Amino acid sequence: MSRVFVRGLGAVSPAGWGVPALRAALAAGVPLPLRPTERPGWDQPLNARLVPDPSPRPAFLAHARLRRASPITHYVAAAALEALGHILPNPARTPRLGLIVCLQSGCVQYSYRFFKEVLEAPATASPLLFPETVFAAPASHISALLGNVSLVSTLVGDPAVFLQGVAQVADWLAEGRVDFGLVVGAEEANWLRADAIWHFDHGCVPSAGAGCVCLSLEPAASAGVELTALTDAQTYLSNRNRSDAAQLMRSQLPAGSANELLCDGLQGCRRLDAPELAAWEDWPGSSLSPKRVLGEGLMAASAWQCVAACDALVRGDFIAATLSLVGCNQQAIGARFVRQSDQIRGQS
Amino acid sequence: MLFPRPLQNGPPPRVVVTGAGIVTAYGSGWKVNADGFRAGRTTFRPVTLFDVSRQRSKLAAEANLPDTLPATRLPARQASRLDRASRILLLAAHEAWGQSGWEPSEDLPLVLGTTSGGMLLGEEYFKRAVNSPRSHRGQPTRALHYQPQTQGRIIAEALGFSGPIIIIANACASGGNALGLAWEMIRAGRAGRVMAGGYDALTQLVFAGFDALQSISPGGCRPFDAHRDGLSIGEGAAIVTLESLDSASRRGAEILGELIGYGSTMDGHHLTQPHPEGVAGLAAMQCACAVAQVNPEDIDYVNAHGTGTPLNDSSEAAAINRWAGSHAAALPVSSTKAGIGHLLGGAGAVEAVVCLMVLRERWLPPETTLETPDPICRFPLVRQPCDARCELVLSNSIGFGGANATLLFRRYS
Repeated sequence: MSRVFVRGLGAVSPAGWGVPALRAALAAGVPLPLRPTERPGWDQPLNARLVPDPSPRPAFLAHARLRRASPITHYVAAAALEALGHILPNPARTPRLGLIVCLQSGCVQYSYRFFKEVLEAPATASPLLFPETVFAAPASHISALLGNVSLVSTLVGDPAVFLQGVAQVADWLAEGRVDFGLVVGAEEANWLRADAIWHFDHGCVPSAGAGCVCLSLEPAASAGVELTALTDAQTYLSNRNRSDAAQLMRSQLPAGSANELLCDGLQGCRRLDAPELAAWEDWPGSSLSPKRVLGEGLMAASAWQCVAACDALVRGDFIAATLSLVGCNQQAIGARFVRQSDQIRGQS
Repeated sequence: MLFPRPLQNGPPPRVVVTGAGIVTAYGSGWKVNADGFRAGRTTFRPVTLFDVSRQRSKLAAEANLPDTLPATRLPARQASRLDRASRILLLAAHEAWGQSGWEPSEDLPLVLGTTSGGMLLGEEYFKRAVNSPRSHRGQPTRALHYQPQTQGRIIAEALGFSGPIIIIANACASGGNALGLAWEMIRAGRAGRVMAGGYDALTQLVFAGFDALQSISPGGCRPFDAHRDGLSIGEGAAIVTLESLDSASRRGAEILGELIGYGSTMDGHHLTQPHPEGVAGLAAMQCACAVAQVNPEDIDYVNAHGTGTPLNDSSEAAAINRWAGSHAAALPVSSTKAGIGHLLGGAGAVEAVVCLMVLRERWLPPETTLETPDPICRFPLVRQPCDARCELVLSNSIGFGGANATLLFRRYS
């Protein structure tokens, strides 16, 4: 059995660009300010938590492939580069990267702009916008930016898909097809996405950003965190609702202990939270709910949860962390990460 | 558990196809499609699904769907309300399921490739949100059902199985990647059986998008023609049931073909243009052959991605030339997009089923609209219906954004 380690973490969120900003916001525990998003035809705007402009503007955004790209590509790029950290090309062999980008809504800003143009005057709709509407666009841009991506895929689905991406990258590593694997979850926001979320829960606050974990098989390259379990994908069916699936997911993970962390997807919306609350009601350890602070970032929120859980282990706050992803309309998947002992990290 | 992965003893199992379902502009089902592909008929006609009066191009390969869907476990009310993409997908999945002889199961993965899912519903959501902002009737349903995972769940519910649903959105390589991932899952011991395929319905956003790029041929695509002037958009789906040879043999299942190789590569050259020399396409073919331990000389036919755009076809031709080497002169190649257009997320899966037809029924699908083969092609293009006894066939998919997939099938006898 191959062991899989977390090599690096990256995040872009309403808290700012970088894991330190995410960490600080979660440590403060105060929901970030809401920003009004004008909803055409409504008197009242929809509220959202948006990603602040980076300051200073990162140099990589000047890359030819990123200059006109949708914001979601910028988020993915920033998170991926941060997670890669100081991985430098080996003089003898350039590391082969695997990249999986996970999305639910995807490139909504350019999709909105392009389709609006199509309805108004299709003959003059911008050919620059359309390619950016494609789900695969962020992965394509990042592959070009990094230059040594040998395997790439874009997965679409509800937010638990992020862990399907982790599983696939773990397989690529185990089969020796890549040296490092990046899994990115990302979303961007606009009024149309906020409108769709509003229809399911008026109290749900949409947000945007990205999160990334970089995985490898090398203990010595690890940031100090090991992936030890990913549950089955517990798909929702007519006879298996979110609550049932959440319970099944929980049943495949260890019971936990007082010095372990649960990083869940609770966000303060009673109906949406109920299945997860029930599944973890007897959790004996600490818990962290990033969405309460950052908002409903869909796939990005799953990635933030994963980054926050791993970051807590990197900093030595807990001995293990359990990740609970109870998706909105597809599946529940859980994961467990443990803090590596120094002895193991010394092996290479 | 998704991780740790199951321990595997011995070599990877052989993977075979025991069921196939297909929907294109030729119609729904193996036979009508086999007849269409064998004759090389073209299906392009004026678009009726949405207004194209202000577009440069006005033709596409729309599928004629039956008024009623086959009986499944879906309640009649739900079945009658399915969106176009779900109907196309369900027709293909139902055919594959029936042919496979599979029984309902609680651990059957479903791997689908798509670029747009239920985008027609998304477009309707957009129009209503803009034009009737205070009317919410039906909007939650549209928001839910335009998402491809919902369509995957519908297929599972309709056929009575459950398991993980994986949606791959690697643009036009999605369908090929879906079959490839399913093949890898069986070989890695993650599953004994996987249902996989690809689908896309014709949508206004995508049609207008390719029209904006001036990529659509005004008169119908002519892949690999020296005077080609663009692609044609089509719609459809193909689903296959994949399982280990042991599993199929135990059941006494009819085997349609064996999937023996898969290659997946990335071309970072440009968002909308492949590398001019087709380096990633070449690598995908080399990878698939290496895994299958076969040489280009062993391949009897290539079903090319062949969209009909000047850049795609010259890039792919360069890749095939380099990959096949001296064998190119004797290697028949055709693109079945000449008949049914580009099915985007469905293309790789549909073309995989065409490969199974070639192996089973022993003919080659011609491009009857080809007038002047591009001199870059060092390989013979299939231009007339003909019989052929193929043992190994290869299918290429090249995606917008640079994803490439190659599948390699062997006749099973």
